[in-house]
Amino acid sequence: MDTVQLTIDNKPVVVKKGITVLEAATSAGVHIPTLCHMKLDDLNIENKPGGCRICVVEVEGRRNLAPACCTEVAEGMVVNSHSIRVINARQTVLELILSDHPADCLICAKSGNCELQDMAHQLGIREIHYKGEQSTYREDTSPAIIRDVDKCIMCRRCEMMCNEVQTVGVLSAINRGFNAVVSPAFEMNLDHSVCTYCGQCVAVCPTGALTEVDQTAHVVRALSDPDKTVIVQTAPAVRAALGEEFGLEPGTLVTGKMVSALRRLGFDYVFDTDFGADLTIMEEGTEMLNRLSRFLEGDESVKLPILTSCCPAWVKFFEHQFPQLKDIPSTARSPQQMFGSIAKTYFAEKMGVERDNLIVVSIMPCVAKKYECGRDEFKVDGNPDVDYAITTRELANLIKLANISFDRLPNEDFDMPLGESTGAAVIFGTTGGVIEAAVRTAYELYTKKPLPKLDFHELRGMDGIRQATIDFAGFPLKIGIAHGLGNARRLLEKIESGESEFHAIEIMSCPGGCIGGGGQPYHHGNAEILKKRQMALYQEDSNKKIRKSHENPFIIQLYEEFLEKPMSEKAHHLLHTKYFDRT
Amino acid sequence: MTDYKIHLLICGGTGCKSSESDEIKKSLKYWIDEANLKEEAQVVLTGCFGFCEKGPIVKVLPDNTFYVEVKPSDAEEIVKEHLLKGRPVQRLLYKDPHTNQQISDSKGMDFYKKQMRIALRNCGFINPESIHEYISRDGYMALGKCLTELTPEETIKEVKDSGLRGRGGGGFPTGLKWEITRNSEADQKYVVCNADEGDPGAFMDRSILEGDPHSVIEAMAICGYCIGADKGLVYIRAEYPLAIERLTTALRHAREYGLLGNDILGTGFNFEIDIRLGAGAFVCGEETALIHSMEGLRGEPTFKPPFPSVAGYLGKPTNVNNVETFANIPVIINKGAAWFSEIGTEKSKGTKVFALAGKINNVGLIEVPMGTTLREVIYDIGGGIKDGKEFKSVQTGGPSGGCLTKDFLDTPIDYDNLLAAGSMMGSGGMIVMDEDDCMVSIAKFYLEFTLEESCGKCSPCRIGNKRLHEILEKITKGYGEEKDIERLKLLSNVIKDTSLCGLGQSSPNPVLSTIANFEDEYLAHVQEQRCPSGQCKALLKYEIIEDLCTGCTLCFRNCPVGAITGERRQPHYIDQSLCIKCGACYEKCKFNAIKLS
Repeated sequence: MDTVQLTIDNKPVVVKKGITVLEAATSAGVHIPTLCHMKLDDLNIENKPGGCRICVVEVEGRRNLAPACCTEVAEGMVVNSHSIRVINARQTVLELILSDHPADCLICAKSGNCELQDMAHQLGIREIHYKGEQSTYREDTSPAIIRDVDKCIMCRRCEMMCNEVQTVGVLSAINRGFNAVVSPAFEMNLDHSVCTYCGQCVAVCPTGALTEVDQTAHVVRALSDPDKTVIVQTAPAVRAALGEEFGLEPGTLVTGKMVSALRRLGFDYVFDTDFGADLTIMEEGTEMLNRLSRFLEGDESVKLPILTSCCPAWVKFFEHQFPQLKDIPSTARSPQQMFGSIAKTYFAEKMGVERDNLIVVSIMPCVAKKYECGRDEFKVDGNPDVDYAITTRELANLIKLANISFDRLPNEDFDMPLGESTGAAVIFGTTGGVIEAAVRTAYELYTKKPLPKLDFHELRGMDGIRQATIDFAGFPLKIGIAHGLGNARRLLEKIESGESEFHAIEIMSCPGGCIGGGGQPYHHGNAEILKKRQMALYQEDSNKKIRKSHENPFIIQLYEEFLEKPMSEKAHHLLHTKYFDRT
Repeated sequence: MTDYKIHLLICGGTGCKSSESDEIKKSLKYWIDEANLKEEAQVVLTGCFGFCEKGPIVKVLPDNTFYVEVKPSDAEEIVKEHLLKGRPVQRLLYKDPHTNQQISDSKGMDFYKKQMRIALRNCGFINPESIHEYISRDGYMALGKCLTELTPEETIKEVKDSGLRGRGGGGFPTGLKWEITRNSEADQKYVVCNADEGDPGAFMDRSILEGDPHSVIEAMAICGYCIGADKGLVYIRAEYPLAIERLTTALRHAREYGLLGNDILGTGFNFEIDIRLGAGAFVCGEETALIHSMEGLRGEPTFKPPFPSVAGYLGKPTNVNNVETFANIPVIINKGAAWFSEIGTEKSKGTKVFALAGKINNVGLIEVPMGTTLREVIYDIGGGIKDGKEFKSVQTGGPSGGCLTKDFLDTPIDYDNLLAAGSMMGSGGMIVMDEDDCMVSIAKFYLEFTLEESCGKCSPCRIGNKRLHEILEKITKGYGEEKDIERLKLLSNVIKDTSLCGLGQSSPNPVLSTIANFEDEYLAHVQEQRCPSGQCKALLKYEIIEDLCTGCTLCFRNCPVGAITGERRQPHYIDQSLCIKCGACYEKCKFNAIKLS
């Protein structure tokens, strides 16, 4: 391997050729502040437009300052990362950015989590010497995401996520000079665009320019209404991340504390979306086997591969971008919506509560779930199956609001019957998890034999597109996995061109799956956090007594008492959906 | 082909065209027909003569008579008097302002005497829409020579030895750029001509493309041969319709004559050129922004390296040169590097085209050898300052150049001297200012331009220039403080030091150079709230001199905002808080009773 030797802050450093000054400095223990730059290792995601100019350093022999994030190391280079010239430039540039930024930190949704605020602190800005006009734009509110672009600092991370990673292409820089800002084309509203609400723009925004639509006030109001029975469901990925909001190590599982906190917040029943996930496997797994058997019998009307349909951003993505393929994804609703549907029928009946008086709240790692629960097909006479979907972050805010000392909470269990779940359901929160859960059930239903092993390591990992062949008692089931919509697009294009040989494909919109969702605690560009959350979910899975969806006793009971069997007419009505051409 | 004895050349540049040069051509043709001279006299619409101040221009060959400010109605007299009777029309000849003598031959005119035309060699001589005329002046000879006698390496060596540097502003050695692109290995390479001329007042590239498009086509083909590219692209702003039209025609002719396309001149070399239209963003003149714009992306620069010569258009090695740079190439090949490198200064060889503008008598397009002094350009060629006023400053290098004082008038113009003086060569804009110009306002004017044209990508340029402009605005409005001058310097230096591309790295130059050279003017603004040249309206104060005021009420009746009060036959009074400094009272007063301070 070729190396180069350079000097950073009087320290000789030997590093790999081709890396940047920033990377070299980091490896030498020199911290260079950055603002627009963001790199998610292992996910091949990097944003380095070289736009903010915070990371500038002095390079001997160079006329002007060099952005450390973009400048490649060279043999004999002499770098000074904090000369007076550098510090002055850095502070001035930051003052300029702050001079065009609303000073409403006290009430900003991002306060305490804002990279710009942190930078102002880090660089010791006590006065802004440059006062003048501030850019103002109209606030754009959609069902899931709010754009308050007065706070945009043109770091372009959202744009990179939207275009390069997700290939959705909604956000890009518009206008010029002082008026330049990131926006949908023609300053269109997000809800008129092809935005999928995946929320990856929100996940990476360093400031409060992009945030989720906060629905905590609605939840508080519902909780304080004595006429309402308020139940809550929690998505699998939440338990692996919520602790971060309370200072716990990333990857700390807080399932029991979370249940406990929700009960203290006043929810009448604390249930688990994992129950919905087990139900999803029953329906989706059965549908998959149906399609597969008919395909193997030579039925030419059957289309394969079958694609998962749990992810609302993914659903909206193909409805906009690949409507011609809308017959391929499974018709199974997402776990959130299956849960809502069962809650407002089976559970409401059981409890004797009127549909209108039952409020279903979901805690999601996702902002698109806010949009999903508002889709018309998930409403009965205007009443939604899921009333409010709030994010992991919003839940943390609620817990803080209610003065609950999270770390001192006891571990409690979910309520029954909709709180029982299996290990298969919990791994829904990570890329590869849905298909692994489906395989565990489908294998046993197909082969009528117990699985020799439950852990399918070949389906796990962080590569953007993965594939594996599972031996289904002699039949090689070919499985594809994609996370990130750009990777999904690549697989879809192969399906369109007929090159795809997969029988089943799992797709999740967010890099890493739901653990990396747009509603999760901010990772601030640290991909290690995602990996730790992933490990936590696999840990939870292996801790579970029951690890196959079809063995969940309450699922069995649900079919016996209410749904009859997977894909029954009732199941079809309550648990399946259809897709629309949105072009 | 008819062998004409008389040629009437009419300037068909954008400026003269808008002054009816098409009509003049029609008129001349009509009267030539009437006079039965159709077989003997030919009327040709050429490219720009450069002497725009006196346009439209008609030149009669072979006697070289140079008519200025011609109108369509003059055609009859030119034909009847000059062509038929051999008597030049005296009243249309250029009159030397010093001697008051009429000069018939352009060679005797001060405007042309010190010029040396290499890039503009054919502008004003040939019909740009005729490939024959280009070929008759050694056109495509250089391409032929390269393809048949020289290897690409030899050709590059010739360009390197000539010392030619990029004329678009950066001044990077052209031959070296070609060599680097040649050495980049790839299956596809591109030659790009940067015709995104955006400096206010600059029109050298436009004039070359309008007046001599084949010179650029020929040079691009030579460049393609050298670097190993078979594809060329001309990025030109859509606001140059005439240049686009003439270039399109020239490309068609070149293809028809086998000078573009496959197997050029039977040598097996293939080269094709396409046109890409820009939407007029100034920053797209920056090569990486230009490339992104051609790729269909937002026109904004990206960090270099990688340089386009390594990874440019569609990620392939791309050689980007400016129009004027290319226009020099065929001459270098034909006359040799040694000849070219004799011209100019030690590190800046050849000539440079400048667009002379501002408070100067001879506004126009000129080409002088490098090393010519600013004084020669402004006084000898440019004819000095308009209306006999005092020279104050000359701004070179376009919107991000610097403003130089009379102390720099004897500076020989070249890349390094201008840079050392605190300005730059840029693409060759040269704007002259006189005693009436307020240097604070001038700095503000240039910033307004860069402010609008910044792409907004990097923070110092996006926000910093805005803040600079706001401080200047404050100063010109009379609210400036002394510390603002320090603040301007500090901020300017940080913007230069931290901006991503050349635009931001140079946009504060007008501010820094005006502070360095005209600090007293800044101080007058901030210390005394006074604009020495009286340009800053907000700092003007209109007052009525009581002793002179007769109370005629004329000012009272003419004030649009009711700021003047007073009884009839009593001295009047101007309420300064209401006055909008429109000057109506000052102009109307018949008794000189209103003073301006």
